[in-house]
Amino acid sequence: MALQARTITVERSGNRLLDSVSLSIHWGEVVALIGPNGAGKSTLLKTLSGTLNPTRGAATFAGREMWEISPAERARVIGVLPQESSLTLPFTAMEVVSIGCQAGGANGVAEAEQIARQALAEADVEHLSNRIYTTLSGGERQRVHLARVLAQLWRSRNRERYFLFDEPTSSLDLAHQHRMLSVARQCAAEGAGVLVILHDLNLAAQYADRIAVLHHGKLAAEGTPDCVLTPDVLDAVFQVTTCVFRHPGLPCPLIGAFGKHRIAQANIPLEVE
Amino acid sequence: MNRSIALPTVRRDSQRIHGRLTTPRVLQGGLLLLLLAVVMASVGIGAVGISPAQVVSILLQQIGVDLGVSFGANQSGVLLGVRLPRVLLGVLVGGALGAAGAAMQGLFRNPLADPGLIGVSSGCALGAVLCIVVGHAIFPAFLDQFGMYALPVAAFVGGLSATLLVYRISARSGMRSVSTMLLAGIAVNALAGAAIGLCTYLATDAQLRNLTFWSLGSLAGGTWRTLAVVALPIVLTLLLLPRFARQLNMLALGEGEAAHLGVSINQLKWRVTGLCALAVGASVSMTGLIGFIPLIAPHLVRLTIGPDHRYLIPCSTLLGAVLLVAADLASRTVVAPAELPIGIITAIVGAPFFLWLLIREQRIA
Repeated sequence: MALQARTITVERSGNRLLDSVSLSIHWGEVVALIGPNGAGKSTLLKTLSGTLNPTRGAATFAGREMWEISPAERARVIGVLPQESSLTLPFTAMEVVSIGCQAGGANGVAEAEQIARQALAEADVEHLSNRIYTTLSGGERQRVHLARVLAQLWRSRNRERYFLFDEPTSSLDLAHQHRMLSVARQCAAEGAGVLVILHDLNLAAQYADRIAVLHHGKLAAEGTPDCVLTPDVLDAVFQVTTCVFRHPGLPCPLIGAFGKHRIAQANIPLEVE
Repeated sequence: MNRSIALPTVRRDSQRIHGRLTTPRVLQGGLLLLLLAVVMASVGIGAVGISPAQVVSILLQQIGVDLGVSFGANQSGVLLGVRLPRVLLGVLVGGALGAAGAAMQGLFRNPLADPGLIGVSSGCALGAVLCIVVGHAIFPAFLDQFGMYALPVAAFVGGLSATLLVYRISARSGMRSVSTMLLAGIAVNALAGAAIGLCTYLATDAQLRNLTFWSLGSLAGGTWRTLAVVALPIVLTLLLLPRFARQLNMLALGEGEAAHLGVSINQLKWRVTGLCALAVGASVSMTGLIGFIPLIAPHLVRLTIGPDHRYLIPCSTLLGAVLLVAADLASRTVVAPAELPIGIITAIVGAPFFLWLLIREQRIA
């Protein structure tokens, strides 16, 4: 069982945003989706979440195509963490998270509140629960939304469930970037499938089981961090000169990129081990 | 040393949410009591005074209970024949306007969405006016078919068309942009106003008297007969609207997020718009254009208990009823024995409130 993109092509007003992309997210794994701006990462995420119908191909889950599944049923299987939200009404953080509980089908007020508290704690925003959402900083808002998405799929813990995170670390400090992705790993350890769009290659290297690289709407590479994060692939996709080390403390690669203005003076080693 | 100083209730204080004055339950109870008080005052005050005790005993006498409080036959006649239907019409219409305002602000994801400002009410009025003036010439079959319901139905169709038009235009820019929505509302209001103006040239004298009453609104048409006509659509709306509260909460997070949380956006849009047009249409067809209540009631409620639609819709219903009955009482008593149109009262209070809202929004942004 998996959440799958099957040779998906998306065309919008003559532009091909995605070109025959296939990707599977299985239970218990974290897949990182990387690629330059405009490569089609968010578009792929939208087709997988069922909010965008592909021009050709299909997003499927448990053998069924996304459009066959009712929005309410989808909401109990797939949780989406957006890049940013346009909430302007003065809800408290607690209320935002409770809205997630309701979508997940919590039974009654007591259970909803209990789930919301646990989700707030997991996202490290318990201390903000009575604060008004619109007064929070960008990073705090992102963490409140993480809690909301966790609460949404809380009751699906023992069943098939998938998390789709769209650039979840974009406004977080260093500690909370790692906390966010640790939560993603934790979800995978509990049996969920997680897709994370990331720009930080070192975060992708450290936390993902597999990395998929999108380039001009096509899948340029897919595999383990060691297979994908090579100077050749990164140069071809990002047009940036990089060198790849072994992480001194972890079994994963560590990427250093060279700024254009430094390349003349840099001593670029071809192979680093 | 004074030992009797009470310890501060720390736990209570830390649970209180900054910017919330009270809990939904307290507000609901308070508004119910307030509504009862306003209704009692409104049925009692006027050329013929009736004390609350007399009101209760007149009502109980109708079901055969005698409290032993003396009252005159004229008091009983005024209460049952004139004031009670008028005040009940105020309760129903005020409640409908409050609930419709809360629901539309949720649907447009915009606190300035008001049926009056964005053209829904004038759409309703145009539908009703067309029905009065040219209805007999153009749709005699329609009038025969619907009888006394023809007017509310025409108002409903007019209001629904106006809402969908404004919604389509303001949805073009992805998010419901405030300026586009208000500008579209201005255009719809102007167009409906012009069409209503044209109708005055076609109208007979009797029809003309009816038309002037549309433009400023009044509960003076409140009889048991009009009450029977508006009760069905309004009660239906008030029962059904709260069922969309959870989905409106989800919609507040954004259209994309609501879809991820399992909301069928299009279905929600149609149902809420339809119900609001039904309630506003029924109200406008009987009382004319009464502005600002749909704007003010939800705002005051949000300032008190926050934006959760599960409590916002019922509380706005109660507050809308309180405001309209109070405004009607003022319209009858300020220049007694003459009567002010109710729209003047709501505008005197509502327009400055609206300006204050605009200034406040600017300061936040």
